[in-house]
Amino acid sequence: MLYREAGQFKTSYAADMAIFPIRQDRIALIILLLFAFIGIPLLAHFQLWPLGSDYMLRAILIPFLILALAAIGVNILVGYCGQISLGSGAFMAIGAYSAYKFGTGVHIPLEFIGTEIKIAPLPVLPSILLGGLMSAIVGILFGMPSLRIKGLYLAVATLAAQFFFDWVFLRVKWFTNYAPSGSVNAPELSFFGYLVHSPIERYLLCLIFVTLFALIAKNLVRGNIGRQWMAIRDMDIAAELMGIRPLYAKLSAFAVSSFIVGVAGALWAFVYLGSWEPLAFSIDRSLQLLFMVIIGGLGSILGSFLGAAFILILPILLDQVPHALGVPISVETVSLLVFIVTGALICYLLIVEPHGFARLWSIAKEKLRLWPFPY
Amino acid sequence: MKADVQERSGAAGAGHAVADRVIGDVLLSVENVSLAFGGVKAISDVSFDIRKGEIRAIIGPNGAGKTSMLNVINGFYHPNQGAITFKGRKRSIMRPYIAASQGISRTFQNLALFKGMSTLDNIMAGRALKMRRGLLWQALHWGPALSEEIKHREAVEKIIDFLEIQHIRKAPVGKLPYGLQKRVELGRALAMEPDLLLLDEPMAGMNLEEKKDMSRYILTVNDQLGTTVALIEHDMGVVMDISDRVVVLEYGRKIADGTPDEVQRDQRVIDAYLGISH
Ligand SMILES: Nc1ncnc2c1ncn2[C@@H]1O[C@H](COP(=O)(O)OP(=O)(O)OP(=O)(O)O)[C@@H](O)[C@H]1O
Ligand SMILES: [Mg+2]
Repeated sequence: MLYREAGQFKTSYAADMAIFPIRQDRIALIILLLFAFIGIPLLAHFQLWPLGSDYMLRAILIPFLILALAAIGVNILVGYCGQISLGSGAFMAIGAYSAYKFGTGVHIPLEFIGTEIKIAPLPVLPSILLGGLMSAIVGILFGMPSLRIKGLYLAVATLAAQFFFDWVFLRVKWFTNYAPSGSVNAPELSFFGYLVHSPIERYLLCLIFVTLFALIAKNLVRGNIGRQWMAIRDMDIAAELMGIRPLYAKLSAFAVSSFIVGVAGALWAFVYLGSWEPLAFSIDRSLQLLFMVIIGGLGSILGSFLGAAFILILPILLDQVPHALGVPISVETVSLLVFIVTGALICYLLIVEPHGFARLWSIAKEKLRLWPFPY
Repeated sequence: MKADVQERSGAAGAGHAVADRVIGDVLLSVENVSLAFGGVKAISDVSFDIRKGEIRAIIGPNGAGKTSMLNVINGFYHPNQGAITFKGRKRSIMRPYIAASQGISRTFQNLALFKGMSTLDNIMAGRALKMRRGLLWQALHWGPALSEEIKHREAVEKIIDFLEIQHIRKAPVGKLPYGLQKRVELGRALAMEPDLLLLDEPMAGMNLEEKKDMSRYILTVNDQLGTTVALIEHDMGVVMDISDRVVVLEYGRKIADGTPDEVQRDQRVIDAYLGISH
C-alpha cells in the first residue's frame, strides 16, 4: 500500500484536526497499539522471542514506558512552552515520595497548636495521582521565577530546585517514614482489588498510564492552551500583545508538565524500582530526560517516545553489538562511548535539526508521500 | 469627506461599496503623551485622535517615534506623561491584556510571528482570548471543547480564504517568503476581530504587486468589517491613496495632522519629510 493521502478528502474540520489525518498513519497506530496491548502479552505468555525471559519487560519495556511518560511531561514545558528545566528529576521524586506518603498514611503532628493532621493510607491509584498533584503544585511554585527570568537564569533556578529536593528527601526523615537506611518500599500495587504483580502486569499498567497521558498531552498541545504555550515560546512579546497572559500560559505549562513528570516518578518508584533511595531521582535523571527530549524532538509527543527509546537502547546496543561482532569491549568503554555518542548527537541536533528525530521522521514521511516525484 | 473617499477608492481601483463607509465618533485619543528612554525623548507631548471607521496614517522620518506610539497605544510601552482614551475610557497607561481584550490588535514592523507554528496555528492563536473552555475539557478534546475548536477554525478558514493563503495553511511560517509572512501576520491580527487594527509598516520590503494586494486587503477589511485602522507607512503613494487622515511625527513631535492633501501641502512636512525623498 502506498503512503498517500490522495483520495482521502477531508469533509469536516473535525476530520482535518484528527491526531493522524492520514489514514495510513491511523492504521499504523492501531497496529502498534494492538501489538502493545495484545501482541506483547501473548508473546510473554507463550515465552516467545524476544519475550522468552522477563529481561525484555523488566529492563527495557517498563523503564521505556515510564521514561517516555516523563519525557512527555518535560517536553510540554521545554519543547512546547520553551521554559528550560533541569529539575525534572526532583519533580519525579516529589511524585514518588508524595505517592509513598499518601499510600502509607500521612501523619503531620502539629503539637504547638495541640492538633494533628492524619490521613489513612490511600489505595495505590489515588496515591499516584495525588503524587502528580503535589508535583504540579510545587511545579507552579518553582515556575513563578519564569515570569521574570529566562534561559540560563531559569535553568539555574530549576537546578536549585533539583538540589533542594535532593537534600529534602535525603535529610527530612518524615518523607521516608523514618526508615533507618533511607530506602523505602512501595506499597502493594492493588488496583480495585486486583493485585498487579508479574512483569507483564506491571508492563500493562504502565502502558495504560502512558497511552492515556500521551492522548491527554496531544489533546492539550493541539488545542488553545497548546497554541498559547507555543506562542509564548516563539515570541512572548507578540503573544502578550495578543492578550495571551504569560502568567497563565507559563504556570499552566509548569503545572501540567510537573503533574505528568510526578506521575511518572510515582510509577518509576512503585512499578519499576519497588524500593528506592533519593539517589534514584538525582540530577542525572533530569539531564537524561532533557537529552531524551532534545534527541527525540522538542515540541513533539512522538519525539518523547523516540528519545526515550534511543537513550535506553543506545547503551544496550553499544554493549551487545561489538560482542556479537566478536570485539568485546569493557563496561567502562561502553559507558564512555554512550557519553560520546549522546553528546555528539545532541550537539549535531541542536545545531542542525532542533526538532530531533521526530522532524527527521516527518521529513522522511513527506518524501515517501511524494515518492517517486521530487515534489 | 465624501469626495476624499471617492478619490481614494478610485486610486486603489478596487471598486468597493464605499458608500457604506461611515466615519464615526472618536474611538481612540492620545493626549499629551510623552515617552523617554533614558535621555532619548521618543515622543514629546503628542496628541491626536482616531475616529471610528477611518484609516489613519502615522508618518514621519526614521526614528520619529511612530512605532513607539503604537507601543504606547497597546500598552507595551508606558508613557511618562499623558493619557490614552479608548472607547471612552481614559487611562494614563494601557496594559497589553486590556488593549487586546478591548479590541486592539496589531502587526509588527519586524515580523513577530510564532515561527515554530503553522500558518493555521498562528492565526488560531489570534483567537486565544475568544476561546473559553478550560484545561480539562481541552484535555479531552471532546464535546464543548471540540465544538469550540471547530467554530473558531471556521472563522479562521474565512480569514485564510480572504488572504489567499490556503496553500500554506499547514506550513511552518518560519520558512515562508517575507511577503507571505506579512500576510499571515495580518491574518493573525484579523483573527482577533479587532475594533482598532494597528499596522506597523505592513508593506515594507514588498514589491509593487504585493503592496497592491496588501492595500486591497486593508481597504476591504476597513470597508466591509468597518474596522478602524492606524497605519504606519513610508510609501507616500500608498499613504495618500488609502488613508483618510494623516498625522506626521518628527523627532517625537507632531508637526502636522489632517487630510492627505492638507498634509502634503504643509510646509513643515515638506521640509521635514517629503524633502528628503523616500
Ligand atoms: N526600547 C527602546 N529603548 C531605547 N530606545 C528606544 C526604544 N524604542 C525606541 N527607541 C528610540 O525611540 C526613538 C523612536 O523610535 P521608533 O521606533 O518609535 O521610531 P519609528 O518612527 O518607528 O522609526 P522607523 O521608521 O525607523 O521605524 C528612536 O530614537 C529609538 O532609538
Ligand atoms: Mg518603526
